[in-house]
Amino acid sequence: MDRPIAMIEVHKLAKRFGLKTVLRGLDFQVAPGEFVAILGPNGAGKTTFLRILASLSRPTFGEVRVAGYQLPKQAAAVRSRLGVVTHQPLLYGDLTAEENLRFYGRMYAVPDLDCRISDVLELVGLSARRRDLVRTFSRGMQQRLAIGRAVLHDPEVMLFDEPHTGLDQDACDMLDGLLRNVAGRGRTVVMTSHDLARVEDLATRFDVLSRGVIAASKPRSGLGKRNLLDFYRKALAG
Amino acid sequence: MERESTAYFKAIGAIVWKDLAAELRSRELLSAMLVFAMLVILIFNFAIELQPSLRATITPGVLWVTFAFAGTLGLNRSMAIEKDRGCLDGLLLAPVDRSAIYFGKALSNLAFMLIVELIVLPVYSLLYNTNLFNPGLLLTILLGSIGYVAVGTLLASMAVQTRTRDVLLPILLFPVILPILMAAVKTSGGFLQSAPMETIWPWLNILIVYDVIFTAVAFMLYDSVVEE
Amino acid sequence: MRSQPKGLTFMTILSGLLFLGALWMVFVYAPLEAVMNYVQKIFYFHIANAWVGMLGFMAAAVAGIVYLVKKDMKWDIVELAAVEISLVFFSITIASGSIWAKPSWGTWWTWDARLTTAAILEMIYLAYLLLRQGIEDPEQRARFGAVYTLIGSLSVPITFFSIRIWQTIHPAVIGAGSSSAVGSFGMTPKMLATMFYCLGTFSVIFVTLLWYRIRLGVLAERVEQIKLQVME
Repeated sequence: MDRPIAMIEVHKLAKRFGLKTVLRGLDFQVAPGEFVAILGPNGAGKTTFLRILASLSRPTFGEVRVAGYQLPKQAAAVRSRLGVVTHQPLLYGDLTAEENLRFYGRMYAVPDLDCRISDVLELVGLSARRRDLVRTFSRGMQQRLAIGRAVLHDPEVMLFDEPHTGLDQDACDMLDGLLRNVAGRGRTVVMTSHDLARVEDLATRFDVLSRGVIAASKPRSGLGKRNLLDFYRKALAG
Repeated sequence: MERESTAYFKAIGAIVWKDLAAELRSRELLSAMLVFAMLVILIFNFAIELQPSLRATITPGVLWVTFAFAGTLGLNRSMAIEKDRGCLDGLLLAPVDRSAIYFGKALSNLAFMLIVELIVLPVYSLLYNTNLFNPGLLLTILLGSIGYVAVGTLLASMAVQTRTRDVLLPILLFPVILPILMAAVKTSGGFLQSAPMETIWPWLNILIVYDVIFTAVAFMLYDSVVEE
Repeated sequence: MRSQPKGLTFMTILSGLLFLGALWMVFVYAPLEAVMNYVQKIFYFHIANAWVGMLGFMAAAVAGIVYLVKKDMKWDIVELAAVEISLVFFSITIASGSIWAKPSWGTWWTWDARLTTAAILEMIYLAYLLLRQGIEDPEQRARFGAVYTLIGSLSVPITFFSIRIWQTIHPAVIGAGSSSAVGSFGMTPKMLATMFYCLGTFSVIFVTLLWYRIRLGVLAERVEQIKLQVME
């Protein structure tokens, strides 16, 4: 009875697209406050997995629980506790930064919206550009605003799908700083990536998704700094 | 549960506001629809002899064909905006019932369609010296547009997810909205020619029945169309 | 499901025999109609084809609803099969109707309610097939197909009645076509018998064809599955 309460619990998750099976009986667990990096080659099913966790896709088979609620049955309850950043920014180019946040704030029924918008813009370092149209933003700025959108409703769980895609070095560094900040507030974070160097300093645990299942999982403490690449390679081979 | 219903309506309002605000800035959608509508009327001028004697009978048909075609442009564009930048996911992530997305998009699509129609009417009046400021006609345009947009929003959400996208929407939509077209043309014609209400009523009835049935059905089916 | 199930073979033979019987009934048993002679005989096939088209239409609508409720892919195959059969049989109906119309009313086409609705239904079927063609994911294809079938099957009856009302106010301008023209001649008992026999025969043919087509769909899926297994 005294199992630690998991923030995310996945049991024998399978996902099929027609006759093609992408995830096969995947088991996965995340405790509150953990920062899990899911690694794997392209096409391994990372995005599919994340989309299921984000309630954007239904599992074909298996059990998925986020923040104690079951997906897909209790999806609405899950969504209000979830912040998601994909590699598309999910922002409207013809609206200003402020207007984008206002829109999402309304969709999530965020209380005290004006105040919250200012706080979030401050957090992501875009206060100066609040009245500018998003389509004038660089990709790095859009990604930062996207993170702002994701934390607007103060979610407990955050999901990131390869957030560094398409960003240059500076933008990446800025993003990392923001990620640490956001994760540091006791949030549970799951981030997929195929860029090992990036996640090395961010995550508290590393899981490798290969051939539709989690092939290996290791907490940061069990891993010397140089061994992440070896761990990854071994997991893929084995 | 009161909070849930206010959140629901708030979400619908947010979507409508978002679409209108974005459109006000870019004016892409409205200008495309308007220019297209004008071109269609222009083509009709040369394709059909709009002699003064024939005008009364042909006007409703010309108007509704124009609206039907310009409408598909608006519907396509409206859903493409969500699909292209992945924004549909953003909408789906929100903790509201999916039908709120349907109603939000349908209402903003309706708003755009009405705006275009309300601009086309005076232009047509001027070009062909016909008085189109008829309350019955305006009612018909409202009812017809509601039915069109109710089905159109659902079908556009499907079409935008296929490979053939833009081409597919009119193919899917037109056979299914024929009752609206027929009823709207008959009703418009009736009102413009000040025909007795008994002749107009059956058609007005069809419009209302269609609107009610299809709004309800589309609202229930919307989930199946956006969920993965 | 390797070889053809016995039931299907039985149905095929039955269909063949019944059809031969139908030919006899139409050409030998049924009397010649006073005015139109042999041309009138198309009527039996025309009605039977339209009947099969209707069966397909209803089967597709039901299959669509069941799929949306149960999410079982088998119903998607049934829906597709029903649509294809209905498409073909309504095409034959329209063609046979035209062949009949020309000598009867001097025109290939009339804008009467039945014929026009049949044409609109064909367009909806084609739109349905185009929709399916543009989707890769089978589950999405099934879902969208079912949604469109539902919308279509609700709209077509409304369209039919709307055209009916349109016709009474403005009788068809082209040709003598009024909706009562079809079946306006009195039918003797022998003709009625022939007509019902044809309806029955074609119903059997419908079920047989549906069975074949569903079987084809299931086997095709099996092939895809095996292909994937071999590739992995």
